[in-house]
Amino acid sequence: MTGNSQSKFRAVVVGVSSGGVEALKQVIGSLPGDFPLPVMVVAHISPEADNGLALLLDDLCAIRVKEADELEKAAAGTVFLAPPNYHLQVEKDATLSLSVDPPVRFARPSVDVLFEAAADAFGPALIGVVMTGAGCDGSEGLRRIKEAGGIAVVQDPAGAVADAMPRSAIEAVVPDYIVPLERIAPLLVRLATEP
Amino acid sequence: MDPEELFDIEMRLLLNGVRQVYGHDFTDYSEASIRRRITHWLATSGYGTLSEAQASILRDREAFDSLLRSITVNVSEMFRDPAFFQTLREQVVPHLKTYPFVKIWHAGCASGEEAYSLAILLEEEGLKGRFRMYATDINNEVLQNAQEGIFPLKEMQKYTRNYQLAGGRGTFSDYYLARYEHAIMTKSLRDQIVFASHNLAVDSDFGEMHLILCRNVLIYFKPTLKERVLRLFDTCLIPGGFLCLGLKEALDGRRIAPRYAETVPKMRIYRKSYDREQSE
Ligand SMILES: C[S@@+](CC[C@H](N)C(=O)[O-])C[C@H]1O[C@@H](n2cnc3c(N)ncnc32)[C@H](O)[C@@H]1O
Repeated sequence: MTGNSQSKFRAVVVGVSSGGVEALKQVIGSLPGDFPLPVMVVAHISPEADNGLALLLDDLCAIRVKEADELEKAAAGTVFLAPPNYHLQVEKDATLSLSVDPPVRFARPSVDVLFEAAADAFGPALIGVVMTGAGCDGSEGLRRIKEAGGIAVVQDPAGAVADAMPRSAIEAVVPDYIVPLERIAPLLVRLATEP
Repeated sequence: MDPEELFDIEMRLLLNGVRQVYGHDFTDYSEASIRRRITHWLATSGYGTLSEAQASILRDREAFDSLLRSITVNVSEMFRDPAFFQTLREQVVPHLKTYPFVKIWHAGCASGEEAYSLAILLEEEGLKGRFRMYATDINNEVLQNAQEGIFPLKEMQKYTRNYQLAGGRGTFSDYYLARYEHAIMTKSLRDQIVFASHNLAVDSDFGEMHLILCRNVLIYFKPTLKERVLRLFDTCLIPGGFLCLGLKEALDGRRIAPRYAETVPKMRIYRKSYDREQSE
């Protein structure tokens, strides 16, 4: 179930902070219900939040959206959100794992933690996406994804609600794509489906 | 071979060695977390590769202890997840009160934050002097801290808020003495807790328990080790006893699950059935 034999990719990971809810509505909302890869998302939200964001997005989006559970397989056609106050990671057999390790650069969940685990798990078969946000979470992770041969996508800082996170990502790596928000979903669909 | 693969091979060799030399078994821990922690340890250790570090880890107890400290992440909080503690107070304690004496096993207690939280809660509910808590962890260093019951004073503001959200009936500051930068938990709380070293991956059980609390520990274990530990808990728990897991740790699909019912949805408080029929 993880990935599809025609795609050279096995997963997508996304990191977003300030401005994240709107950005996720746009990007996740434009993915088709049968998107052929699993999508794992870290969005910085209040540690006291419940799973409201997952429910909201699931209502709005064609693709299934849920909060990640431990030991769950990262299945295609599903978006997995890191639960508030837990790091989300993925193992080499594509099962999801959660942790309460200390926050990394004040963030739990941390984009870097997810990206690093995913880079180890999927190597070149991974697409990493950094979108709007304050701070620099995701830069180190995106560097690891590139190092492992994966693809780096960064939202064009010019149109981002908060441009620090995408700017920092662009300084850390040479992204394969720098695109405005509305072009991210079509790009992911194209990458995921081209042989 | 790419460096990631090589690292994984070195990590497996090292963990096997550690198991044989020190009896600590980390081979069934989820790999993503342990890889991350070992990577961090290596970065600060002065060694270039795990192969280089291996000689001293296997031969020098101090080097191993330093690795052990990084592998066992001991973050905790008092009254973490206040809603859980409130549910415990309202839905579980009334059952515990029906026993003349209550035995509790708190596994993976880290520096004791949850142990003291639970002791406070039980005192407030009138169980003072009627319970004993065995609080265990694999990491002796944090157990030492737990035993002393000394916490950074700057955390107390947050803990006070958690305590109130969890339905605390008193004044949180009555439970500790403030000394300079530290908060020292009162002796009467400390006296009801026995802190002891115990490794869930290899050690056996502690005898009959009415309540077992093990939160955010199994989350780091692979399914095989989770099953082992749950079996251990199941052996100790009396029929009608309670098992509390972390909010993201569900019993669903685990082998002991058929004998347990979740008392309040989402709070991960499970009650063992009285029905012997369902036993294996
Ligand atoms: C993240 S802390 C959880 C602390 C506390 N229960 C809480 O939820 O706040 C995990 C604890 O489990 C302990 N631990 C890890 N492996 C263990 C094992 N095999 N046996 C006993 N304790 C273990 C660690 O040393 C650490 O203190």
